[in-house]
Amino acid sequence: MHKTADTIVIGGGIIGAATACYLARKGADVLVLEKNAHIGDGGSSRNGGGVRQSGRDPRELPLAMYGIRNLWPSLSDELGIDVEYVQEGNLRLGKTPEHLRILQGLTERSVAAGLDVRMIDGAEAKEICPYLSEEVVGASWCPTDGHANPLVTTLGYYRKARQLGARFITGEKVLQLKKIKGRVRQVVTETGVYEGNNIIVAAGFESREILSSVGIDVPMTRITLEVLVTEAQPQMFGQMLGTAMADFYGHQSKHHGSFVFGGTSGFEHTNKDHGMPVTASISAPCICRGIIKYVPILEDVKIVRTWAGWADISVDGIPVISHVEEVPGLIAACGFTGHGFGIAPIVGLLLSQMASGENPVLDIKEFRYDRFKTKI
Amino acid sequence: MPKMQDRSRNIGAFVPAGDDDLLICRCEEITKGEIRRAVHDGMFTLTEIRRYLRTGMGLCQGQTCGRLVKGIVARELGISPAELEPAVSRVPMRPIEMKVFGSETEAEGHA
Repeated sequence: MHKTADTIVIGGGIIGAATACYLARKGADVLVLEKNAHIGDGGSSRNGGGVRQSGRDPRELPLAMYGIRNLWPSLSDELGIDVEYVQEGNLRLGKTPEHLRILQGLTERSVAAGLDVRMIDGAEAKEICPYLSEEVVGASWCPTDGHANPLVTTLGYYRKARQLGARFITGEKVLQLKKIKGRVRQVVTETGVYEGNNIIVAAGFESREILSSVGIDVPMTRITLEVLVTEAQPQMFGQMLGTAMADFYGHQSKHHGSFVFGGTSGFEHTNKDHGMPVTASISAPCICRGIIKYVPILEDVKIVRTWAGWADISVDGIPVISHVEEVPGLIAACGFTGHGFGIAPIVGLLLSQMASGENPVLDIKEFRYDRFKTKI
Repeated sequence: MPKMQDRSRNIGAFVPAGDDDLLICRCEEITKGEIRRAVHDGMFTLTEIRRYLRTGMGLCQGQTCGRLVKGIVARELGISPAELEPAVSRVPMRPIEMKVFGSETEAEGHA
């Protein structure tokens, strides 16, 4: 096993795997190092599967829109595996005038950034999705949003990247980066030293510690989110659902028919986690109560499984996707703040272009690593 | 810490077998051949097999097929089954209706 590569990607989640895939397609020599035993074991396999534009920060919206126009529709063909992409829109639901004010604000910011999203009343929402509660008085409606299967998409990128010649090593924890003659060059792990001309740090929350070894700090924290899945049901609706208050979010999976819903209990900032992303007994029941309020027909559907994951939350709510000027050769991609899955294909493409010395297809200046300023 | 694994190591080519049509995961209807192919697609852990194919994701949560899948994957990788970590068991241990799971009172839950 040789320990050098043109580009080393730290982090074998969907961002790392997609980057490796697009780099390998260019013929680049790429090596991915993943700390966990499994590919995509962080947020990539612990999210609600949303491929959405609505409700995004306007700075992040161009990425989501580009991905949905240009990458998601053909991704299953490109990867040679069904990623279960469904593009039947996103309903963000409200039950009170206060909810509608929140949704109106989100909608106005998205429209100003060029997205086709609009407010609709309860009757129109129920025309789109007949299973909604009578209590729903309005919603924001983005017809081009959708969802996909994050497990298969992540592993599909990994599989394709391997087929194209990218190398992956799992169970390999990165301890620090080292510079040689002013340029990042070495990746020190628990078992040895790897060398690369370019190093992309896409390791979720752990990116913070890895980047700090060369003096770079990205301010972020992490919170636990939970997902649950129901037994398979007849196909009922294809929309992605969410609510103004984020009571829950989710969709019915394509083909299989199970419902996948994510959410929080409200105690995420104080819950103990024992250093593992584990479920809390209060969270999934809380998500169930949220779902039943909005889609009452699901109250008799059985929950089969619940699981938890960490979202790495950047302090201003959007990721870092950036060359690091002080450390030539280093690229940071972290802080996806719980909405990285839907933009993973475009982020992978951008990172592959950045590592190849090409001009990225989209402007990435909003995602600079040094944009964070103190409050005064 | 998990054991370091080079995913580029050569495990040989996929060789079709006569019993590839055997159903292994009965809840999700996954065959032995699909599991063996998944290993050659790079799915080297039981967790990855599960996420890739849905084995053990049905109503029984892998209680029926778990051991069988482990044996098949181990043989395909040329390692002992003891080297493979089982996939994580998830709450709830039995399928449970949303209205029962979401109930905050015992009386409601048993109503």
